[in-house]
Amino acid sequence: MSQPTVLERLEILADAAKYDASCASSGTSKRNSKGGKGIGSTEGMGICHAYAPDGRCISLLKILLTNHCVFDCHYCVNRKSSNVRRARFTPQEVVDLTLAFYRRNYIEGLFLSSGIVKSGDHTMEQLIEVARILREEHDFRGYIHLKTIPEADAELVARAGLYADRVSINVELPTVAGLTRLAPDKSAPRIEGAMTTIRSAIVESKDARKRFRNAPKFAPAGQSTQMIVGADAASDADIVGRAGALYDRFGLRRVYYSAFSPIPDASAVLPLQRPPLVREHRLYQSDWLIRFYGFTPAEVGQAADPGGMLPLDIDPKLAWALKFRDRFPVDVNRAPREALLRVPGLGVKAVNAIIAARRQRTLRLDDVARLTVSVVKLRPFIVTADWRPVLLTDRADLRPVVAPKAAQQLELFAA
Amino acid sequence: MKPFRDMRIAEGYLASLAEPDDFDGWRDVARRLVQADVPPDRVAWDVPGGQGADLFATGSRRLPVPRPDAPQPRASVRFVQVAKSAILHSDPTRFSLLYRLLWRLQANPRLMDDAADADVRVVEALARTVRRDIHKMRAFVRFRSMAEPDGGERFVAWFEPEHHILRANAGFFVRRFTTMHWSILTPQGALHWDGETLLEGPPATRADAPSGDPVEALWRGYYASIFNPARLKIGAMLKEMPRKYWKNMPEAALIPQLVATAQAREATMVEKGAIDFGERPHSLSGIADAIQACRRCPIGCNGTNAVAGEGADHAALMIVGEQPGDTEEQQGRPFVGPAGRLLRSHLEQVGISDSKAYVTNAVKHFKFTDRGKRRLHQSPTAKEIDTCRWWLDGERALVRPRLILALGASAARSLLGKTVSVQKERGVAHPLDDGAELWITTHPSYLLRLQDDGRTTEERRFSEDLQRVAARIAELAG
Repeated sequence: MSQPTVLERLEILADAAKYDASCASSGTSKRNSKGGKGIGSTEGMGICHAYAPDGRCISLLKILLTNHCVFDCHYCVNRKSSNVRRARFTPQEVVDLTLAFYRRNYIEGLFLSSGIVKSGDHTMEQLIEVARILREEHDFRGYIHLKTIPEADAELVARAGLYADRVSINVELPTVAGLTRLAPDKSAPRIEGAMTTIRSAIVESKDARKRFRNAPKFAPAGQSTQMIVGADAASDADIVGRAGALYDRFGLRRVYYSAFSPIPDASAVLPLQRPPLVREHRLYQSDWLIRFYGFTPAEVGQAADPGGMLPLDIDPKLAWALKFRDRFPVDVNRAPREALLRVPGLGVKAVNAIIAARRQRTLRLDDVARLTVSVVKLRPFIVTADWRPVLLTDRADLRPVVAPKAAQQLELFAA
Repeated sequence: MKPFRDMRIAEGYLASLAEPDDFDGWRDVARRLVQADVPPDRVAWDVPGGQGADLFATGSRRLPVPRPDAPQPRASVRFVQVAKSAILHSDPTRFSLLYRLLWRLQANPRLMDDAADADVRVVEALARTVRRDIHKMRAFVRFRSMAEPDGGERFVAWFEPEHHILRANAGFFVRRFTTMHWSILTPQGALHWDGETLLEGPPATRADAPSGDPVEALWRGYYASIFNPARLKIGAMLKEMPRKYWKNMPEAALIPQLVATAQAREATMVEKGAIDFGERPHSLSGIADAIQACRRCPIGCNGTNAVAGEGADHAALMIVGEQPGDTEEQQGRPFVGPAGRLLRSHLEQVGISDSKAYVTNAVKHFKFTDRGKRRLHQSPTAKEIDTCRWWLDGERALVRPRLILALGASAARSLLGKTVSVQKERGVAHPLDDGAELWITTHPSYLLRLQDDGRTTEERRFSEDLQRVAARIAELAG
């Protein structure tokens, strides 16, 4: 059989990589190609160069070096026992593709991962070789995200961080039991051990750079991880709790949630029903509450039902507010920032605007309306100079008043 | 109130700017107008090609001369930031809006902090739109490679920005593509970079840019493959990549087709992946009947007879083999061929009566290749084992053995859900979810394939494994 063309292999290896949710290209050190021999820049904000019809941003060339794999993880399209077509790129081929795409302004850089071939070390060396050629031979200054193989030697992981802006290891499943069942070849202690290695390398490098300006940067955009949602029995509270622990223990920049989605040639062990996409959305909202709104994972868990699941029809912040009505209404003219951030319908920007504006004038309901998206949903939870929700917060039927109208799910083939 | 007003102020002034994105020019004029105390409703603004002249036919193009002692106008940092963006907007009223704000800032220096003010809201919205347009241009410009006369390569893009952002965005492209030769052509003007200097060019047309690039086929292939048809979210895509940008993006032509086929692709995946087993039979005889009709994997469809498990209803020991062989398939019973005979003799030796064990297989049908007269055994794939596990799980739930003995790697996979090395895992107990213990040893047919010394050694180890199992069963029973 003749070797598939570059296009055919690109299609196979991109298809194999799409279950990794992350495509972020932001938050790394600022640099550009002035005074260099090559091309590339990163200016803090990531750029999404295209969007696919799945609504996901395409910022990086996200591919596997190969989808051959010696592991047999049930949720993975590339597992050993799957019948997908296999392909591989040489490091040089990936470099050429990255540069060709970058020159045409299709991408911000490369997100490279790989199936495990031969050994973890061998695979990791191949990934690092791609980054090395890009950085050293082509003076490429765009973004590089390398997926790290937990089974690889710590020394190799350390080298990866010197070339890459971000390194990541997927914890894959929120519970150890789920990992044992669905990713039998992976080991939770191993994954966490590798994440610890990366964390200390990042901390050390930051420390060294405080003292020596030219100390090498280690993964300036930090490390991230991904959890698969809905392939095991973990509840939303479990997942949020686990994410909270991951943020704390490994100083992660991001935890990505990937709703398990049907894959070609799926393993018989997997659940047949995919979780609703909105569940993934609610988890991201919880993640935001923890990262930007001062919620603790336990508080997000309070918004869940007794089974630990967040409501799907309303967002977790609204769910929390409906449970803790004694915390409302909040006076927009007096309340501290933390209290304003708890009001459903007020985002960080709106809170900032309110705090700036209330120094200029006493805010009335009309003023708040101008600063926010929907004052109708906000009204039951706030007090303004001319508005006080006398009965609303105690009403038993508050939920239907503030909950979004159930949008009709588009079912093209519904009877 | 000033008792005397300059007649020209009563008539109004017409301020002309050199370019639509001329912030410095606007600032100079605006400063003079504030100093000369000209209220906002007395100024009209005009740029080349604009319509200001018609609106204010009687206005004077001569600007007022401020009094020498007039104080410098003041503006907050925030105002300057917002104004620099907002002035790039294509809205023709932006100059007068900015002047009105500057005018009001003199009385209220903190005006810009009041996000509830109508003028502030409008100007912030203009600035936001412009910043977004600048960002989207950085994202959606698509270069195409073309040969330069001297043999070099130049990357040329055709782009149609909605606002006057071309010049404001030049620095980004210079910083990013410093060593590349590139041009960005737009209906309002062009930028050319040769690695050292940036030149501005006259307005261009689409025909001035190359019509294609061979790398676009790869990019389109990538775009189509990275899309996951199982999670269609068209609204989310349109919000960030509105249709107005599509015409200059080579990948966008694929979108209608990707969307149209997505549901069908997902349905096919689910249909292939999802095997509907329905409700499990409630008896072993029910399972025996049901497996005859099972066609959920290719082996089940090969026309052979299924072979059900056999043995005591609540046996403490369950022995699991790989799949029926030639003899088993013909007789419809498990372990009646040569491997089964070898197993039974070893069981007898260690004192396990096979009447007290339940004997079955990981896979219920016989997989083989036809070699003339003989049907040659073929190992089931991992997927086939995983699929057939549903039946074995059913048998386990009914028999509820205390101990399960897996013969060979296929049987072990069917119980553990992963492929393990028999040699590494034999001789020790593996706890299973339902509380039973799993022991793993080689399959007797493996022993049959060995010769001489190798056979003697392996048979001894096999026998030792069975002895341990026998001892463990006695322990569990005791």
